[in-house]
Amino acid sequence: MIKKIYFQSIFFSFLFSLEAFAAESGGMPQLNPEFWVSQIFWLTLTFGILYIVLSKLILPKISNNLETRKSQILENIEAAEKQREDSETKLKEYEEIISKSKLEAKNIFNQAREKALKDINAKREVLDKQIDEEISKAEEEINTLRNSAPEKINAIAIETSSDLIQKLIGAEVNNSSISAIVDDLSKRNGDKYYAN
Amino acid sequence: MAANPMTQFNVYRIGPEIKVGAFDISFTNASLFMIISTLAILIIFNLGSKKNSLLPNKIQLLAELSYTFVSKMISDTAGLKAKPYFAFIFSLFMFVLFCNMFGMIPYTFTVTSHIIVTFVLATFIFIGVTVIGFIKHGFGYLKLFVPSGVPPVLLPLIVVIEIISYLSRPVSLSVRLFANMMAGHTMMKVFGGFVISLGIVGGWLPLSFSVALTGLEILVAFLQAYVFAILTCIYLNDALNLHH
Repeated sequence: MIKKIYFQSIFFSFLFSLEAFAAESGGMPQLNPEFWVSQIFWLTLTFGILYIVLSKLILPKISNNLETRKSQILENIEAAEKQREDSETKLKEYEEIISKSKLEAKNIFNQAREKALKDINAKREVLDKQIDEEISKAEEEINTLRNSAPEKINAIAIETSSDLIQKLIGAEVNNSSISAIVDDLSKRNGDKYYAN
Repeated sequence: MAANPMTQFNVYRIGPEIKVGAFDISFTNASLFMIISTLAILIIFNLGSKKNSLLPNKIQLLAELSYTFVSKMISDTAGLKAKPYFAFIFSLFMFVLFCNMFGMIPYTFTVTSHIIVTFVLATFIFIGVTVIGFIKHGFGYLKLFVPSGVPPVLLPLIVVIEIISYLSRPVSLSVRLFANMMAGHTMMKVFGGFVISLGIVGGWLPLSFSVALTGLEILVAFLQAYVFAILTCIYLNDALNLHH
């Protein structure tokens, strides 16, 4: 509004000053109607041509250009978005595969360990049994040996005693009497020698 | 005064006199500059719309920026309903802008500095807008003169004022453009005359004024074309979206 008043005041101030000029040189050329019709005619012609050419030929082309560019940009953005999504799903798949295979590897490892432990246990049991058997066998042998030992010792003692007596006295002694003495001795001292 | 500052607005015949009946439609310097402006617009926008590259070159960018500028101006002021009138407002804006701008070149003729040219344009717009308003709303368009929320006592006065303001639209629209162009060009001519009459000693001050005025006038040339187009949009808005 202020601008309007400002411009109009400029205009009117000039109009008044121009009237002074107009008085000496025949008025404003704008108000001379000599070429009004010509100006209206040429204005209509040129503006009409401008309007028709712009509206029918040029503006649709510009609008089309703008539209295609817009849609192309949108398409590109869409394609980029799609590719990004694709890559994301692929990444997820990859991660899934990785985690799955990790789990599988763990399972396989566990199974293998269990199996190995089982095998070891079984083998240990077998070995333990064998060892036990052998130990018991050895113990039996020792026992038989220990049981038979006093008799043998007695026999040896009798023999040696008879030999000694023969050499010392030069007389033959009856084996049975010696064995009686040895038996008696060994029974008396048996506990002392063979106690476990 | 060295020269009459109004002689630059003289219209003179170029070539022979052409008469159709009683009417003289001779080719004049005004016609010449109308044709030059039209051709310049058509050439620039034709070049700007020829190729459709994803990355626009300079002239294509210019055309597309003008397109979006005018299209935004219309959709901001008159809404989406004004889409069919886009081509007309675009041509109007470009025609006025190019006529104003060609007038800024020394020794040229400013088409828009003639009241008859701007008045014909404004009258055409006025009649067109009124016809559109009556087609869209029938006699309901007359409600434009009855603003809502006015006390009934004031209504007769308001309606008269509204009618007068509506009828004065073509006058204000045409006089605004014509007066701005004529005043600016006259002022520049006057200061140019001062440069000559004051000579090499005192002529520098009006010369610097003249330079500053040239800048101002280029701004005014653009601004007035914009105002002309945007007022057309506002009138169109009144006719399309009657909201009183």
